[in-house]
Amino acid sequence: MVACVCYALSDYIGYHVTALLLLVTVSFIAMFCDIFPVLLAAILSALIWDVFFIPPRFSFTIASPEDALLLALYFFIASVNGALTYKIRQVEKVALKKEEKENTLKLYNTLLNSLSHELKTPIATIIGSTDNLLTHSSKLTEENKKELLSEISKASIRLNRQVENLLNMSRIESGFLQLKKDWVDVSELIYDVVNRLKDYTKEHPVGIIIKDGLPLFKLDYVIMEQVLYNLVYNAIIYIPKYCVISVRASFLNGRLVIDVEDSGAGFPPGETERVFDKFYRLKDSKTGGTGLGLSIVKGFVESHNGTVQLENMPEGGAKFTIEIETEVSFPSSLKNE
Amino acid sequence: MNKAEILVIDDEAEMLRLLEITLESNDFKVTKAMRAKEGLILAANHPPDLIILDLGLPDEHGHVVLEKLREWYSKPVIILSVQNNEADIVKALDNGANDYLVKPFRTGELLARIRSALRGTSADQMEEQIENNGLHINLELRVVKKNNETVKLTTTEYSLLALLAKNGGKVLTHHYLLQQVWGPGFQDQTQYLRVFIAQLRKKIEDDPNNPDFIITESGVGYRFTGKE
Repeated sequence: MVACVCYALSDYIGYHVTALLLLVTVSFIAMFCDIFPVLLAAILSALIWDVFFIPPRFSFTIASPEDALLLALYFFIASVNGALTYKIRQVEKVALKKEEKENTLKLYNTLLNSLSHELKTPIATIIGSTDNLLTHSSKLTEENKKELLSEISKASIRLNRQVENLLNMSRIESGFLQLKKDWVDVSELIYDVVNRLKDYTKEHPVGIIIKDGLPLFKLDYVIMEQVLYNLVYNAIIYIPKYCVISVRASFLNGRLVIDVEDSGAGFPPGETERVFDKFYRLKDSKTGGTGLGLSIVKGFVESHNGTVQLENMPEGGAKFTIEIETEVSFPSSLKNE
Repeated sequence: MNKAEILVIDDEAEMLRLLEITLESNDFKVTKAMRAKEGLILAANHPPDLIILDLGLPDEHGHVVLEKLREWYSKPVIILSVQNNEADIVKALDNGANDYLVKPFRTGELLARIRSALRGTSADQMEEQIENNGLHINLELRVVKKNNETVKLTTTEYSLLALLAKNGGKVLTHHYLLQQVWGPGFQDQTQYLRVFIAQLRKKIEDDPNNPDFIITESGVGYRFTGKE
């Protein structure tokens, strides 16, 4: 292309300038292409220059020995230039890879720190309490024993939840997560989840609003149960006592829309995007989470080709909105037996 | 009453010990097997009243063991399974298991399931009346009363409720319920089941959203709560 332009302008610019312009072009190609296209470009441009520009034009023959030397030099410089630029790019690539690796390592370390803390705390409780019960049994009062047993129970439930989260995360990351979609009564699903959390809902009342005439949706019940459980549980552990949580479900523009809204303090501005990142935790957040709950929500919702979004409400509190487009079935069409 | 005998087939020594302690302290007689083969031999030589079977055995999969058992053993089998394995659970239930429990489980829950399964077999002759917390089902007259008031049910609603109640305490899979109530060919029409369960709950539950009678078993089926 550059050669064409130069050809058109050949009356105005000499063939020496054309050589330099072609050289610039080859260097330019070297910035983006592999080594072989660059060498090819060097050879081609040398030939083009020879045939179209060096007098006598339109032949491979070269009149003066000076021009022959120029051509040889041109070819040499184009090749070296191309090769060097290519090399620089290689070095840059390696540096980028190294940086990526360091980022992965950083993430991995965060993972290990978070995990070792969240797994070891309950394990430490269990080992300590059982040790106490086994070796100092005679010194402990009945009440102490009961307390230790209750600590062991709490710790093992916590441990179980962490392991479940990790398993769910690896299910998502394996890429082999297969949904077992079936007709789901979303009202049944939501009440089921909230009933399972009834140990907590005394201090964090949950209101449920389901639009009348909601159709059945084709979803994976167990996966969606986990999604809602994580969202409601997340709200429960992070908002102050007696703050209300509300769960709403509706059918809007052909989509299932479920939102979980709390009346807590909301998320710090600018953090609403990052909360779905793996192992992301708010800076001053309480212990008890792995930083996996919301990433699992995102992974599971996306496996349904849906979206989940978080927004801070103007009146305070945070709202998670899930939208999923899926097959629907209206019960009214099934009523006649 | 004689002590009921329970055979536990599980390859983890700790789990076996836990089950042994729990069951013996609740007046059951326990035999243990750590391998599928050993369990099948024990069961054949001295048929127990109930078998607790872990699905993940080293020498043979629990499904195969269940199949072999069901060739001749008609008493209850309760499946133990690890988490996130609804497909396995459904398969085991459809292959004749009476109930399932997911590890880790609460021992209270295990005992309730065992008692419920044993009760199912002891009342061999079909009960004609089922009474449960103010809900009264007369299977002979096909009448359902809630707090002494007759509940109007459609034929399908009644069939569904009767089937669940007759198997009180036992989880019935979606496939099984659909096949029994709607007939073969309807096994996959879960939308019918969802709609009729919702209608039934509205009619018989105090709070349809927090049901006492018909309990959802996520990804598996429904269970009518047995009387305790």
